[in-house]
Amino acid sequence: MQANQVSFGSAVPLRATIPDRLPRAAAELALRWEVLLLIFLVLVFLTNIQLSPYFLDLYNLSDATFSFTEKAIIALPMALLIIAGDIDLSVASIIALASTAMGAAAVAGAPAPVLLLIGPLVGMACGLLNGWVVTRFAVPAIIVTIGTMSLYRGISYIALGDQAYRQYPPGFDYFGQGYAFWIVPFEFCVFLVLAVVFGVVLHKTDFGRRIYAVGNNPTAALFSGIDVERHRLILFALVGLMSGLAAVLLTSRLGSTRPNIATAWELEVVTMVVLGGVNINGGSGTIPGVFIAVFVLGFLTFGLGLLNVPGIVMTVLIGFLLILAIAAPILIRRLMPARHRSG
Amino acid sequence: MMTANLRRREAALAGIIVLMIFLIGLRAPIFLTPGSLREVLSDTSILIILVLGQMLVILTRGIDLSVASNLALTGMLVALLSTAAPWVPGVIFLVLAAAIGLALGAINGLLVWRVGIPPIVATLGTLSIYRGIIFLLTNGEWVNSNEMSPSFLGFPRLTLFGIDMFSWLAVLIALGVWFLLAHTRLGRNFYAAGGNPRAAVYTGIDPSREQFRAFCLSGMLAGLCGYLWVSRYAVAYVDTAAGFELQVIAACVIGGVSIAGGIGTVLGAVLGALFLGVVKNALPAVGISPFWQMGISGVVIVVAVILNARGERREGRRILRPATAG
Repeated sequence: MQANQVSFGSAVPLRATIPDRLPRAAAELALRWEVLLLIFLVLVFLTNIQLSPYFLDLYNLSDATFSFTEKAIIALPMALLIIAGDIDLSVASIIALASTAMGAAAVAGAPAPVLLLIGPLVGMACGLLNGWVVTRFAVPAIIVTIGTMSLYRGISYIALGDQAYRQYPPGFDYFGQGYAFWIVPFEFCVFLVLAVVFGVVLHKTDFGRRIYAVGNNPTAALFSGIDVERHRLILFALVGLMSGLAAVLLTSRLGSTRPNIATAWELEVVTMVVLGGVNINGGSGTIPGVFIAVFVLGFLTFGLGLLNVPGIVMTVLIGFLLILAIAAPILIRRLMPARHRSG
Repeated sequence: MMTANLRRREAALAGIIVLMIFLIGLRAPIFLTPGSLREVLSDTSILIILVLGQMLVILTRGIDLSVASNLALTGMLVALLSTAAPWVPGVIFLVLAAAIGLALGAINGLLVWRVGIPPIVATLGTLSIYRGIIFLLTNGEWVNSNEMSPSFLGFPRLTLFGIDMFSWLAVLIALGVWFLLAHTRLGRNFYAAGGNPRAAVYTGIDPSREQFRAFCLSGMLAGLCGYLWVSRYAVAYVDTAAGFELQVIAACVIGGVSIAGGIGTVLGAVLGALFLGVVKNALPAVGISPFWQMGISGVVIVVAVILNARGERREGRRILRPATAG
């Protein structure tokens, strides 16, 4: 209330200055999603250390990052896309198609650097197709990408059937299996660099601000001179590009390509993003939030794995976590209605 | 005008299906025999029932991603019951499966209605949870046909006028949903809630309560299909029907159900399901590798979405045209 009050008395000039940021109370900062997530991450760590003597081992922890790095790399652009009000469910299928393309090229004798180009390029082409259909025909992204999800993986099945590509050139295994230095995996470093890049793009550039505008109110964004369609197209291409990159890393890590590669990853990627505090309806969310959520999910599943909990049980927990993550803020807001109504 | 558009689309879709069956018949005459066509209908009936339930949810601007998991969990529960109590008659399984499915659907509905979680997120969560519960129940064990009771396996295979229970149930449920949508207040509320939620509120309809009801019905039909599926394929395990929810949504889209809510007909939904069913059954008949099926349905979905979009674009007050349009 106070923050928005502008007095038009004679002594005050008619032009009111609107601050870039409203002053934040410490209590409000403590209730920020990222802070809550961070506390949860610490809890996950402490519980894991209590439950398993093998958890707090640097070699184990570095190995654990392999299991979520590729998904996390897709989660970054996906966060931007969801903030802009769209979604891409075809990411796992893009991995399958990009990986198949790389496999075919490898069989034809392409060296590792060429494969490194093919994966992201195929991914970006897939993303552009998604974005083109969504923006050109004004159709919901969720349905289009359910369609292309079948299409891209379908092409992979047509090409491979029940076969697999296994002949990858020497040196190709480094991207997914190598260590950049000491015990830090190369692909984890790629993720860290990309996280910084995406964080800067979303939070420090005009482009990032416009993504929020597009997600909050596309019509208003259009009227204020933002080329909404082009922004959406770029974001779809970006998600495709990063999925292609993830395909390079995953293919290199596994050393083989089957059409069922990365099945159902789209759900895990979306879970990471939503757990990171990104509004599934668009308009809000942060990269730091997604960054922390990646580690929450990664180390939660790693810890459970050390306790011999089967993967399917983990998916139950992740399902609960997803629902809780969305329900908690809504319920909290309902418990404290006065503060939010007045603001 | 909207209905005229839909009618034309349905006629076109029906024409395409008939043409497809005819063309397949040229390549493989056996496909056109009554027995073969009956088998296609029987094989597609589960998809038809699921699509009808999904359509109700989509009409209210929701989406139910958990149908396949609901189906698998319910199927496992009734299969376990049939091993524990072989004397239970088949109809009881059917009723029980519908009841369990209804309960699971109600959980989705409550998350959406009472907690306020967006439908896609709520059902994404329960998609994992329901399927995971199967593992917790069975420790990953399968229930095989030799453990299932004869009444459990036999009931859906009973035939009337040469047509089996699968197909009859699909026909009956299609008629039931048609009656619901065309002639009951509940059905009209679904359209109102999805067509224009704000206007619905002003007329005294709570859109999210209608979503809850749609989720209940969708869950009930999914549960029913759980029994049908497990009985048909005579096996229940953790991965029963995994990923089938996407085919269900695809069939809705092909049938002209608008994901934006408020638009869709029973005839369209059934035709959408039949289209996918015919494609699936025709591929082996004409000697195309089943590996093509996924790619083909992908193309069909994308094309159908684009065609739908042209039919249902609402020309509201528009001051500025989007830069890329035109």
